Amino acid sequence: MSERTLYDKVWENHKVTELPTGQDQLFIGLHLIHEVTSPQAFGMLEERDLEVAYPELTHATVDHIIPTADQSRPYEEDAAEEMMSELEENVREAGIDFSDPDSGDQGIVHVVGPEQGITQPGKTIVCGDSHTSTHGAFGALAFGIGTSQIRDVLATGTLAFEKQKVRKIEVNGELGDGVEAKDVILEIIRRLGTEGGVGYVYEYAGSAIESLGMEGRMSICNMSIEGGARAGYVNPDETTYEWLEETDYFQANPETFDELKPYWESIRSDDDAEYDDVVTIDADELEPVVTWGTTPGQGVGITEPIPAPEDLPEDKQDTARRAQEHMRVEPGETMDGYEVDVTFLGSCTNARLPDLRRAAEIVEGREVHDDVRALVVPGSQRVQRAAEEEGLKDVFEEAGFEWRNAGCSMCLGMNEDQLEGDEACASSSNRNFVGRQGSKDGRTVLMNPQMVAAAALEGEVTDVRDLKEVTTA
Amino acid sequence: MSGADDVEIPEVEYVSGSGVPIRGNDIDTDQIIPARFMKVVTFDGLGEFAFFDVRFDENDDPKEHPMNEERFMDSSVMVVNSNFGCGSSREHAPQALMRWGIDAVIGESFAEIFAGNCLALGIPTVTADSETIQELQAWVDENPDGELEIDVEAETVTYGGETIDVTVDDAQRKALVEGVWDTTALMKSNAGEVRKKAQELPYVEERQIPDAE
Ligand code: SF4
Repeated sequence: MSERTLYDKVWENHKVTELPTGQDQLFIGLHLIHEVTSPQAFGMLEERDLEVAYPELTHATVDHIIPTADQSRPYEEDAAEEMMSELEENVREAGIDFSDPDSGDQGIVHVVGPEQGITQPGKTIVCGDSHTSTHGAFGALAFGIGTSQIRDVLATGTLAFEKQKVRKIEVNGELGDGVEAKDVILEIIRRLGTEGGVGYVYEYAGSAIESLGMEGRMSICNMSIEGGARAGYVNPDETTYEWLEETDYFQANPETFDELKPYWESIRSDDDAEYDDVVTIDADELEPVVTWGTTPGQGVGITEPIPAPEDLPEDKQDTARRAQEHMRVEPGETMDGYEVDVTFLGSCTNARLPDLRRAAEIVEGREVHDDVRALVVPGSQRVQRAAEEEGLKDVFEEAGFEWRNAGCSMCLGMNEDQLEGDEACASSSNRNFVGRQGSKDGRTVLMNPQMVAAAALEGEVTDVRDLKEVTTA
Repeated sequence: MSGADDVEIPEVEYVSGSGVPIRGNDIDTDQIIPARFMKVVTFDGLGEFAFFDVRFDENDDPKEHPMNEERFMDSSVMVVNSNFGCGSSREHAPQALMRWGIDAVIGESFAEIFAGNCLALGIPTVTADSETIQELQAWVDENPDGELEIDVEAETVTYGGETIDVTVDDAQRKALVEGVWDTTALMKSNAGEVRKKAQELPYVEERQIPDAE
């Protein structure tokens, strides 16, 4: 059969049956769990006297609540300790693999899966976390679920799901210096809107996507959900296979790699696949994008003026007005020069090794601005170790950054890393919602990691390309 | 072992009650339930923290918000605008609303994960166009004790003597009306086929498939 997308094929391969509701029951190839959304699901299993059906296809880590400074047990905060203990008990009883801090493999769930080689093309992957879309970078069908659905997956190894439409987003051309995958996705969300993807899965394609490494592809798929699309994916190719081959899983099972490769190739979208919608974006035109508001769709090129609410579509005006009031920005100005108090380099969007490398390049030999608290929080213990070995930690620390242990940290402020009062933060994370970083008056400006580094040095949102010119001049 | 069969799944054909208007587009789940209230291992008690940061100031004193108003205290139908429930997949959000007293939400549009999470709790997420929603919000404001009747099957909402057409997603409607919105038992009953599927998939290793029960 031809004319099918990766989405169609992976769906078909995993369909167990059609349920009376008209939904399909899909087999789930990998179920990732963490401490915040799973304990209630384990509780529900217990209430119904059910067991975990496929513990070997389930993998756990701890990320949201874990302190990134002092990780000695018991954790200083009782609630965090309770959640961690609960997870430990649940995974022990069910016999689920757990990348805990002692394993040296702990980290943000969406960094851990790909690193260990358990995120693979053509799998269905779910997690009680909306950024599960990240794993789509490998050509997996990956989406976030709620706790009752976690219960379903735990109890049955399957999920009831309705098929969505597929929108192909073709990004052609070449990204300029200082412009990254993050800017591509911020641009996509800005153009298509935060609800533009509702009912769709996004297939990212085109020369600019193909030339990205896996980390860049992950940054893009990660934020599909910010555009309303529950899943996003990139067709697997040589870049994907090279990554997989290096992982522990395939290093230990090289013959499995050869066995699976034909399957991975088979699920790629056909050349004549039909899409419900196609959008094209010219990568050459992009500049670093930063947000001026309180939704990830409220973005603007760094040299472009912040829009006036009355120039926006009518249904966006009210939100824009409130956002500008909260952020204290004026239409007509650019975001360049917006003062920040905190910078956060971290999260499942941008805390992998190349993200830290690019930021370190900007930082090297410079100093963090006096009024800025600058945090680097690696996405996983593996990233952390690799970065320390390469000397990136030293570069950051010498410049005045705090180097932390792996976790979600200030992406959502569930541990002690939070904004205070009305602090403004330049952040490499994915959400700028009011209150997201732990203070309801806090102000978040989303941007790529190099831009975060530039903001830390200058104490204000800065076009990183200007800093680069200074270096090369 | 089939404990799941014992769970009674009620059919949700009608929901009625008075309404509470929550205005604004793109209301995210971080607003509905701020992350700091998620440091819990059960959903019990989340109700009082629903919309906490927009309802209370730094001293926990109530601010102006419909959910703080006496007249809306007994409401069970929330009337919202577009892209409601976007952002984080936390089921804590619909759980908090449900525990506050909400049995149904009517809005212009919903984020998918949020709608799915509501369905898993038997809460309909009913949609209508922007103008209809605004009229409904205005009516609710003026008639805080007025009954809204949602007929899930017929896809209508009746209020103030008027009946309007609304939309309920097909699968959601079937699941609610037929009482199959809690899918655990239903899917569990296909365990044999599920195993077969697992065996078919090239990446699932034999050792990862448990022995049949
Ligand atoms: S880093 Fe942020 S977005 Fe990613 S999983 Fe953690 S809290 Fe969620």
